[in-house]
Amino acid sequence: MSDWTRQSDPPAETGGTGTPMVDEVPRPDTGAVPLHPREDGYNAELSVIGRRMRKTDGLSKSTGRARYTDDITLPGMLHGKILRSPHPHARILSIDTSAAQALPGVFAVVTGQEMPTPYGIIVWTPDEQALATDKVRYIGDGVAAVAAVDEDTANRALELIHVDYELLPAILDPEHALTPEGAATPVHEAKKEGHNGNISKIVKLEFGELEAGFQKSDVVIEGEYFFEGTTHTPIEPHCAIGMWEEGGLSVGRLTVWSSTQVPHYLHRELAKVLELDPARVRVIQPAVGGGFGGKSEPFDLEFCVAKLAMKTGRPVKILYTREEVFLAHRGRHPFKMKYRVGATRDGKLAAVDAKTLLDGGSYSSFGLVTTYYSGQLLTAPYEIPAYRFNSTRVFTNKPACGPKRGHGSVQPRFAFEVSLDKLAERLAIDPIELRRRNFMGGYRRTVNELRVTSNGFLRCLDAVERASGWKEKFRKMGFGRGIGVAGSCYISGTNYPIYPNAMPQSAVQIQVDRSGRVTVFSGASDIGQGSDSVPAYIVCEELGVPLDYVRIVASDTDLTPVDLGAYSSRVTFMMGNACIDAARKIRRQVQEAVAEEWGVKPGRVLLAGGRAMDAQDTGRNIPIREAFNIAEAKVGTLGAVGCYNTPKDVHGDYRGGTIGASPAYSFTAHAAEVEVDAETGFVDVKSIWVAHDCGRALNPTIVEGQMEGSAYMGFAEALMEQHILKDADHGRAGLHNAPSLLDYRIPTSLDTPELRSLIVESIDPEGPYGAKEAGEGPLHPSIPAIANAIYDAVGVRMDSLPFSPPRVWRALQEKAAREQAEPERYAAD
Amino acid sequence: MKDLVTLRVNGDTHEAAVPTHWTLLETLRYAIGLTGSKQGCDKGDCGACTVWVDGVPTLSCITPVYEAVGAEVRTVEGLAGFRTGPGAPHPLQDAFDICGAAQCGFCTPGILMSAAALLEENVRPTRGDIREALSGNLCRCTGYTKILDAVELAAARLRGEVELSPVERDVLLPPDSALAAAAEEASR
Repeated sequence: MSDWTRQSDPPAETGGTGTPMVDEVPRPDTGAVPLHPREDGYNAELSVIGRRMRKTDGLSKSTGRARYTDDITLPGMLHGKILRSPHPHARILSIDTSAAQALPGVFAVVTGQEMPTPYGIIVWTPDEQALATDKVRYIGDGVAAVAAVDEDTANRALELIHVDYELLPAILDPEHALTPEGAATPVHEAKKEGHNGNISKIVKLEFGELEAGFQKSDVVIEGEYFFEGTTHTPIEPHCAIGMWEEGGLSVGRLTVWSSTQVPHYLHRELAKVLELDPARVRVIQPAVGGGFGGKSEPFDLEFCVAKLAMKTGRPVKILYTREEVFLAHRGRHPFKMKYRVGATRDGKLAAVDAKTLLDGGSYSSFGLVTTYYSGQLLTAPYEIPAYRFNSTRVFTNKPACGPKRGHGSVQPRFAFEVSLDKLAERLAIDPIELRRRNFMGGYRRTVNELRVTSNGFLRCLDAVERASGWKEKFRKMGFGRGIGVAGSCYISGTNYPIYPNAMPQSAVQIQVDRSGRVTVFSGASDIGQGSDSVPAYIVCEELGVPLDYVRIVASDTDLTPVDLGAYSSRVTFMMGNACIDAARKIRRQVQEAVAEEWGVKPGRVLLAGGRAMDAQDTGRNIPIREAFNIAEAKVGTLGAVGCYNTPKDVHGDYRGGTIGASPAYSFTAHAAEVEVDAETGFVDVKSIWVAHDCGRALNPTIVEGQMEGSAYMGFAEALMEQHILKDADHGRAGLHNAPSLLDYRIPTSLDTPELRSLIVESIDPEGPYGAKEAGEGPLHPSIPAIANAIYDAVGVRMDSLPFSPPRVWRALQEKAAREQAEPERYAAD
Repeated sequence: MKDLVTLRVNGDTHEAAVPTHWTLLETLRYAIGLTGSKQGCDKGDCGACTVWVDGVPTLSCITPVYEAVGAEVRTVEGLAGFRTGPGAPHPLQDAFDICGAAQCGFCTPGILMSAAALLEENVRPTRGDIREALSGNLCRCTGYTKILDAVELAAARLRGEVELSPVERDVLLPPDSALAAAAEEASR
C-alpha cells in the first residue's frame, strides 16, 4: 500500500473560503496500478488555469440575453400538449382522437401507435415508448399529444380525446411488488417464464472474506435505513421544439431544440424511434436552466414535438408545466437499506454487508446502473477488507426514478457514514479519527478492484476539522447543539459509455481566425456547471490568447463533435483532456513556425498573455495574432481536433466490474453544525464546511459554486425534500403528493445555512492539469453529517430521511420514553 | 379573444394584442419578445418571473397583464443602463458574473430584480437583509452563497467603495506573474 498521502506535510492554513491547499505531486513509485498520464505532461506552471476567471456565459445570463429553449419562437410555430394517464396502472383499450382532430385550430394529434419503437437510455433495457401503446404505468404516463395554434386550443383538444382504460391493481409499495400478489399483475411483463416482472435488476457481489471479517470484528453495527425519494427540481421546466424540413435536396430533416443534458443520446434515440437516418437529425441544446440529472435521457416531449412537426410541417413547441416536471421525475430512488458494519477494537473496518431495496418506479431509466452504484461506489475512501452487497431494484406504478446528482451512491453513503458514527461512539473513538484510521490511501485498488489514483481525503478531513473548530465542539456543545462529520468518494466520469463502442468519449475542435480569435466547437452540455468556460480557459492557457478572444460553439450535433453529455461528473475530466489535446496540436504548429522565423528552437517560443515571445529574450515578442499569421502562412489554416477516451484496464475483472470504474475519484468531507429545538423537533443547520478534493481547481470560483450547490442540495434532501406518491389511505393511490414548488419544499435563501467551501487539490496524474470532478461528490456527506450532528445535539439517531420536525420530535419522544423505562441503564451511559 | 394593451416596459411603449387572460409574464415573453424574465412554476412559487411594476418587485406570472397597464415595468433587460451608462451592466449584473453567482442562470433575472430593488432602498444591506429580500426567489444551483457574495459586492460598488475585493482583483486584473512563470517554465 502506497502511503505517500499520509506522509505529506500537514496542510497549509485553510485560510478563507475556498483557498486551495498545498498541491501534492504524485510520486513516481506508483507501479501498483496502471497509469495513463499524457505523454507530453501537464504544464508545471500555469498562468490562467487555477485563477478566478469570469465565465464565458456569465454576463449573457445576468443580462437576460442567454437564450433557453422556451425563449425561442419560430415562424408559424404551433404549441403542443400531452395527454397523460389519470390511472397508475391500466391497459389502454382504445384511444379516440377524432373529436380533437376536428377542433378548429388543431393541426395534428399523435398517439403511441405512430412511434411504437421501444427505447431506453440504457441500451439493454428499452422498456419505454414515446407515448404508451398498450399500458400506462403511472399517473402521468403520456398517451397522446396534440399540436394546435396556441396553448389554450391544445388544452381544449386534450379534453376531447377519449381513452378507454381497463384498470389494473396499482403496485405502489416496493415490498408488495415482490410478493406473489404483486407479481400477478406486474408493472412490466416478465422476460422469462416464472420470473417476477416487477424485478428490474438484481446485483449481488461479494469481495474478500466476509464471514471471516465479521468473526474477527469486535463490534458489529447493524442498522436499517430509509432514504426518501427526492427529485431534481431544476427551475427551468423541460422544453423542446421540433422542426421538419422537406423538399429540395432533402428527403426530410429533423431539428430538435431541447433542454437536454445529453444531446448525443437524444440524437440517437430520436433517430431510432422516429425511424430516421441519424445524419438527418439535428439536436441543438440551447442554454439549460438546471438539470442535476433530471434531463439526462429522452422524454416524451422530444419525440412528440418531432412527430408533430413531421405531421404538420410546422415547428412545434412543448413546454412542460411544473406538474409535468415532477411527473417526468427520474429522481433519486427511495432506498431501504440494511447495513452490517464490523470493525476491530481499534476502529479498523473488517467487513461490510449491505442489503438494499430500490424503488425504481415505472421504467428502467438508468436503473441498471443505479443498482450497481448502490453498492459499487461505497468502497473508497476507506479500506474495506471484505464487502458484500445485494441490491434489488423493483418496478412500481410511480414516476420512474433515475439519476440525481450523486447517482445511486448518496443513499448508501448516508447509511454507511451514520453506521461509522455509531461505530466511533461504541468504540469511544473520535469520528474524524476513526475515518483517518480507515483511510485507504491513493494509487491502489479498492476491494472491488476499482483503480483509485490521487486521493486527498485525509486533507479533506483535516480541513473540516480545523475550519469547523471540531475539537472545541464535538460532544462539548451541550444539549440542543451538535456537530457531525462524514466523508465520501465519487467518480469523475464512467469508463464505459452507456452504449458499447470504442470511440472517444469526448472531442473538441478548435479553429483559429486570422484576427487571433479562437473558436472552440465542443459537444459538451453546459447546464450551469461551466462546461462552456472550461475549454476557453484551456485555450487561453495553451495558446496564450486573452479570454475574450475565445468563442464557444457548443452542443449542436450538426456542428460539434460528439461528447456523451453532462452526467456522472465526466465533462471537465474528459472534455478538458480533449481540449488540451486539440490546443496542443495548434500550439506546436505555432511554436515551430515562429521558431523557424526567429531561428530558435520551438521550445523557446512561449504563447502567453496575448503574445508570442522568446523565453530567453522576452524583449523579442509579437502579438499572438501575428504568431498565428506566421503559422498559417507556413502550414495552412490553423485548426485541430482533439479527443479523450478512458483507460480500459482500470476496472474489476468480474461481471459488473466496469460499472463504477472511473478514470479518477474525487473525495469529500463535510462537517455540519446544527441546533435542534427539542420542543418542536426543528433542526436548524447553522453551517456546513465542505472540503473537496477536486484534483485541481481549474477555476476556484466555479469549483466552489459546485461544492456549495452540492452541499445545499444534500442539506435540502436531509431536512425537507420528499418526492412521494399518495397511497389509497391518503388520497388517490399513485397521485403525486405535491407537484409544485410550494408544496415540494426546497430551501429558500432564509433556510439555507452558510456553506463554507474548502478546496483540496491532489493533482491527479490523468485529469486535465490534474483536475477531477466537483459537481456531484460534494453532495454525499451533507446528509450523514447532519444526521450525525443531530445525534451529537440531542442523542437521537435519525436513520430515515428527511429529518423533518415531526420525525425528530417523535424520535425525541421515543428516546424520553426509553429513558423513563430504563433509567438506570441510561444513567450509567 | 385578443385585446390590444399598451405597456410601458424599460422606458419603451409597446402595443400588443394578447389573449385577455394572459399574464404580464406571457405578454413580456411571447408578445413583446422580452424573454429575459423566466417561467419556472407559473404559479408564483419560484420567483424567476420577478419584474418591477412601478419599482416594486412583482411576480409577473401571476399578474394579469391589465394590472400593469399604465405602470412602469422594468425587466432584467432594462437593468443594464439603469444605474450605469447606456447598455453597461448594472453593478449587480457585473458582480454576478465576477462571483459566479449565475450557474444555470434561470433564476438569475428574477433574483437580480429582487436584489436591485433591495439596493434601491438600502445600499448597505446586511447578509440577513439580502437573504430576506431574496427569500421569494428559488435558486437550485448555487446554495445562495455566491449570490449573497455578489449582492454584497454590488452594494459596495454602489456605495462608491472602489477598492477591489480579492476575488474581484483576481478576476479583473491581468496576472503579473503569468509571463514570468511561463518564461521560467520554458527556460527549464
